[in-house]
Amino acid sequence: MRSTSFGLAVLFVGGLAGLSAVAQQAPPAPTAPPPRFVVVLDAAHGGDDTGGHFANNQVEKAFTLALSVRLRSLLGARGIQVVTTRESDTAIDPNRRAEIANHAAAQACLILHASASGSGVHLFSSSLAQTQPVRFPAWKTAQAAWVTRSLALAGSLNSTLLQAGMTVTLGRTSLPTLDSMTCPAVAVEIAPELGSDKSVTAALDDPGYQARIASTLAAALVAWRTEARP
Amino acid sequence: MIPRHQKLLFGILLVASLIMGVTLWHLRERAHQKLLAGQNSAPTSAPEVAPAEEATLLVASDSDGSMLTQLHSLPLPVDPGARARAVLGKLLDIYAAPDSTHPVPGGGASVLQVFLLPAPRIGAAKPAEAPSQQQTGPQLAVVNLAGSFAASHPAGIETETLTILSVCGTLHANLPRITQVRFLVDGQPRATLAGHADLTRTYLAADAVSTEGARP
Repeated sequence: MRSTSFGLAVLFVGGLAGLSAVAQQAPPAPTAPPPRFVVVLDAAHGGDDTGGHFANNQVEKAFTLALSVRLRSLLGARGIQVVTTRESDTAIDPNRRAEIANHAAAQACLILHASASGSGVHLFSSSLAQTQPVRFPAWKTAQAAWVTRSLALAGSLNSTLLQAGMTVTLGRTSLPTLDSMTCPAVAVEIAPELGSDKSVTAALDDPGYQARIASTLAAALVAWRTEARP
Repeated sequence: MIPRHQKLLFGILLVASLIMGVTLWHLRERAHQKLLAGQNSAPTSAPEVAPAEEATLLVASDSDGSMLTQLHSLPLPVDPGARARAVLGKLLDIYAAPDSTHPVPGGGASVLQVFLLPAPRIGAAKPAEAPSQQQTGPQLAVVNLAGSFAASHPAGIETETLTILSVCGTLHANLPRITQVRFLVDGQPRATLAGHADLTRTYLAADAVSTEGARP
């Protein structure tokens, strides 16, 4: 009995010594992983909600979905995690779109729209006044605590789009989905590109124009990742 | 040979039929006049008898998303509600014109009514206002638009936002007591104007005025 207890004690002490040696030989703990950078892409409209109607029987819901898919691929290739609100022609409630964005805790939320009026790219931030963050914000004005960050995101997008030679209009508006998002959020509305004589130089159904917009927005979000990094 | 009493009966029936026909035609004319008189009681344009005054309109431009002030001389009624409807009618007539910088079909007839109410205080419980304050205090304008106007409005964030802001700014420029604006379509609340801009919220007229000469 005594010899058994002695044996167990020897084993315990030996085990502790072994563990201590392993701990001394182990490599240093790895540094904390870089904070994840998530972008939410909300292709507006879908299903029965076709949105605007453009030339050549094109509808807004199809344009926004195509832009969302293209942008997701470009961002994914740059190592950016992307969350989309829809991947097919389905109707999604505006509140559900905001819920998806808010659950993603994203660093940038883009609501994609298109319009036949105006020229170039229209960037809209929420018209809500900036407020202090609160623990339980009101759903319809949840964006109020993020307005300053949203304006900064709009400024960053504006800068990259202007550098790419695009016409940009900055504005403030009240959109149901935008006003409920708790992330830096901007509504991006794509319009045909007009020349100085108001003639259309790039239509919405021009594949080259769509590709140029998508690549410029992707570059702008990469730049925003650098700016948003603490 | 027709008996005499049958001839007499036939004559009476003929005269009665004629009298009834004339009476029905007369009643129909009276009903028609009454209907026309009812329509006239709600004019769709400013009365010509009102003196022409200068109205300030905030006119939107789609090309650069801006709003510019324009002065127009038009007959303006004395009643504030009718006055508000008259200036908005002029604004929407400009938008419906072929050379419009912000093309929106419908014209002035798209403004069905403008109701003016004492403005509720935003973010606070409504206190009881003195009658004198109700006559001089800030007002909420409820603009009732025609369903055909919303249905035919071009879809887009920029174009819808410009329409709303120019309506709010024009109301405030001509009736400074109007500080808040709400919208109805055919007398009912509506989620968006044409699928984008929120129509359920109360718009502050000052926000629209601050964007004058600049983008929204």
